[in-house]
Amino acid sequence: MALQSLDILRRSATTTPSTQVRAPIEVAKLIDVSTCIGCKACQVACSEWNDIREEVGECVGVYDNPTDLSAKAWTVMRFAEVEEHGRLEWLIRKDGCMHCADPGCLKACPSPGAIIQYKNGIVDFHEENCIGCGYCVTGCPFNVPRISKDDGKAYKCSLCSDRVAVGQEPACVKTCPTGAIQFGSKEDMKDYAATRVEDLKRRGFENAGLYDPQGVGGTHVMYVLHHADKPELYSGLPSNPSISPLVSLWKGMAKPLATLALAGVALGSLFHYVMKGPNEVSKEVEDEIEDEDKRERADKEATK
Amino acid sequence: MIRDPKDLKRYNASERANHWVVGMSFILLALSGLAFFHPAFFPLTQLFGGPVWTRILHPWVGVLMALAFLIIFVRFFRLNLMTRMDVEWLKKAKNMVDGNDHDMPEQGKYNGGQKALFWTLGVGMLLMTVSGLLMWRSMFHVDTQIVRVAVVVHAATAAVMIGLIFVHVYAAIWVKGTIRAMWYGTVTRAWAKQHHRGWYRQMTGK
Ligand code: HEM
Ligand code: SF4
Repeated sequence: MALQSLDILRRSATTTPSTQVRAPIEVAKLIDVSTCIGCKACQVACSEWNDIREEVGECVGVYDNPTDLSAKAWTVMRFAEVEEHGRLEWLIRKDGCMHCADPGCLKACPSPGAIIQYKNGIVDFHEENCIGCGYCVTGCPFNVPRISKDDGKAYKCSLCSDRVAVGQEPACVKTCPTGAIQFGSKEDMKDYAATRVEDLKRRGFENAGLYDPQGVGGTHVMYVLHHADKPELYSGLPSNPSISPLVSLWKGMAKPLATLALAGVALGSLFHYVMKGPNEVSKEVEDEIEDEDKRERADKEATK
Repeated sequence: MIRDPKDLKRYNASERANHWVVGMSFILLALSGLAFFHPAFFPLTQLFGGPVWTRILHPWVGVLMALAFLIIFVRFFRLNLMTRMDVEWLKKAKNMVDGNDHDMPEQGKYNGGQKALFWTLGVGMLLMTVSGLLMWRSMFHVDTQIVRVAVVVHAATAAVMIGLIFVHVYAAIWVKGTIRAMWYGTVTRAWAKQHHRGWYRQMTGK
């Protein structure tokens, strides 16, 4: 869903700068895992606001349902039972797009304008330009985008870019009954997170901290974690995510250079032809063959 | 009408058709693949009915080319086994490129350069096909880490292959009297005697 074009920071597969004159502030969603009760109101709000309904699944023995993100489930609660310091802990994490400052999806996308990064930090898929190649899945360090089986296009959390554009908070934030999801400027969210972290530390979680991974330039969805030293505990949240070096290699300088090299081969061939001339059959060899033919004919005449 | 009945037959109709299927699908693959390679080439998607169609069609053309290439490979690999003569030829290839082919070693049906190209393309086709299948999201579910390797292999090999095909096509244009071998299958005896004397002697018994 498009915000004003003046708010676009970057668009996929575009080599010239997007609009740079306006510099609005960055926003962020802060998910405080320690106050989340796993009620899934946010999941429902997401489904309602975006008007997408994943099929009602089956109980698989844990609370996870749907069990994974999908084209119709842009956020899912993941429930992990782990033992820390001899205690059972039930770690519940709201999973979804992290709205990276350095988004691997956008870097990988080959279709101009299918992925947009707004200056407020929101990374948005524009499905009308999506071609369904799945490169965003290859690029994302958090395994977030999903290709729809119905239309072959990629979907993920939009951070309610449509709501944010008109000054509202995302639907999940609005609906959270415990205030575990907060929304505001990224600076404010960091400040608020600091108070939460302090509180957790006081209560004995000495490794509590903010998850705002710098490997992807920081994110516009951040977590307050009681075990910030072990993010993997929270259903495999990566501890040091960054765009894979393979993706950087794939999307880096090698391609323009290879293009130049190919142009060089084509031009080199042209100039080779112009300067060295074609490789023709020599007159000498042609005459040899003609003489042979003549001799053969003469022999035939003679034996007649 | 056949101008000279003594022209030498180099390829039969089925071999030529086979080669054209590979060649045409390669061009379609290069154009459609480059569209995703770099934004500068994205407008090429308009040749295939738009970006989504380009994404849908490319892998299917790939399957066609892979099958057609496999057949060509089986047909010709024996003729492309390298010999000591070919190595000699390759060592002198620079003279050839300089337009000075008087003292090149005698060559059979294929010269060292053609054979080297044959094997490089063979390896390239294998890499393209395997990596292409791994990246085919709408068809297969492959671990993302593997796909990341596949896209690098696919893009890098594609660039090398396109370059090699430029050279292959140029060589056919440069060496006069060659392209007809792909149109209607024959070459003149003089052409054969000059460029592939071993093969010429084998065909004419001279
Ligand atoms: C042999 C079977 C092949 C298969 C199955 C295949 C499959 C694919 C797939 C699935 C993609 C991703 C885009 C899409 O979904 O359409 C792709 C991209 C591409 N293909 Fe192929 N392909 C094949 C052969 C080729 C050949 C022969 C060339 C070169 C002449 C080529 C050049 C490319 C290029 C340049 C890209 C873009 C890579 C990038 O994004 O960096 N492909 N191919
Ligand atoms: S989490 Fe994945 S989909 Fe979301 S912005 Fe980062 S790279 Fe893109």
